[in-house]
Amino acid sequence: MTPLAPMPFPETSFALTLVLLLMAPLAIAGLALMNVGLGRSRSAAQSMLGTLVVVSTAVIAFVLVGWAIASGNDRDLVFHVGGKAWNWAGAGQVFARGLSSVPPRAQLILLSEMLSVAMVALIPWGSGADRLRLPAGAAIAAVLGAVVFPLIAHWTWSGWLAQLGTNFAIGTGLVDSGGAGPVHALGGMAALAVIWIAGPRKGKFPREGLSTAMPGHNVVYVLFGSLVALVGWLAWNMAGTLLWLNAVPSALAVVAVNTILSATAALAGTFLVTRIRFGKPDASLCANGWLAGLVTSSACASVVSPLEALFAGVVAGIFTPLLVESFELALSIDDPSGAVIVHGAAGLWGLIASGIFAPQAGQFVAQLIGVSTLLGLMLPLVYGFFWLMDRVISFRVEPDGERLGMDLHELGGNAYPEFVVHRDESYR
Amino acid sequence: MKYAGLLVMPAGFFLTIAAIVLFPGVTMRTAFVLCGLAVEVMALVVTVRGHMQLRSENR
Repeated sequence: MTPLAPMPFPETSFALTLVLLLMAPLAIAGLALMNVGLGRSRSAAQSMLGTLVVVSTAVIAFVLVGWAIASGNDRDLVFHVGGKAWNWAGAGQVFARGLSSVPPRAQLILLSEMLSVAMVALIPWGSGADRLRLPAGAAIAAVLGAVVFPLIAHWTWSGWLAQLGTNFAIGTGLVDSGGAGPVHALGGMAALAVIWIAGPRKGKFPREGLSTAMPGHNVVYVLFGSLVALVGWLAWNMAGTLLWLNAVPSALAVVAVNTILSATAALAGTFLVTRIRFGKPDASLCANGWLAGLVTSSACASVVSPLEALFAGVVAGIFTPLLVESFELALSIDDPSGAVIVHGAAGLWGLIASGIFAPQAGQFVAQLIGVSTLLGLMLPLVYGFFWLMDRVISFRVEPDGERLGMDLHELGGNAYPEFVVHRDESYR
Repeated sequence: MKYAGLLVMPAGFFLTIAAIVLFPGVTMRTAFVLCGLAVEVMALVVTVRGHMQLRSENR
């Protein structure tokens, strides 16, 4: 990607990007609906309130501290190795001081990254459904918003990963205008760390036999959330293309077409795989496939042709149900929202796919370096942070709280007070 | 075993960084970046295996 500061940003692009960014929260709303629907009814209110809590905490932490690290300008922190500059962190002002005097584009970038950090924090919250405590969710969001996301966001959009092209002649540097890496892959890795630390839901993996099926309590929420997310994703991908690739507004139609194609192709892939695998299509897995297609489009939509977007989506749609099933049955990973695959694996696949189809020589290597950074550095870093935090604020709710349900235990009331709530005795 | 896997992952990342700095040629650079990724994937497998082992012990 091209470094930001000197590029002109016309008023038309500014206005259009602002409008698009105001629509982007629909992606967060869609994901929140999916998370609630995929969890159990006795944790629905806690899940939705937790969404607001983690989003708020992450955004506040990011604006207070993270933006200083994430912002890119001529005062960035740089060290030199092998005669080359490695731009590793921003040196902006904490508490977003002086925001009104920075260029309009930088203000839009702050808005865009505030939404991105909200999405990053929401992803592990869905994976910890039915056992992750609210204070733990808020603490996770604070760490992601203040330190982890700002670091990888800076590297991807203005730091050393973005400058791989100018410094080392590796393609045009890492290209990821929609945030498949710093938002979704990072969120998926944070989800994996949360699952490992919090452990599976009670009764999920009994002593004998296969894992217990714990289906989502409202598949309509899940499917409607998928549709809502599409609108947000369209806006997000188009805004990212304007902000990070300096595209002209007339280039946005192709981005929108690619985003829709990627999602629909992924749905078709998942629909066929589950139809063949189980005899009937699985609604919640199809929603996961759709979302995996959207996540893949975050990296691809602005740089590939429609046919290539379709291919990338189909591949995401095929591997999503297979990996979700393998993770649960073979690897004992209890991920109610499927976020590790839907966001983590599909985000990495999106980065790789955009490298495969890029016309520039060396772009594939640049994308691989981005993948390597996320997997080799961010996953251990996130796990280390969470492991330390779990020592201070226990991630997992007490056994009695899990038996009662998170709504009663943490909020004192159910999301559906008229309904019969299934307790743990319903399961083996 | 789980922690060993997590500690090996950064080794793969630094192999990738070394490839960027040491090899200006496309072939060698690509090969070493792929090696770095392979190390990370193997470390991830070790971590997952370690997680499964812990689970079976706690059941």
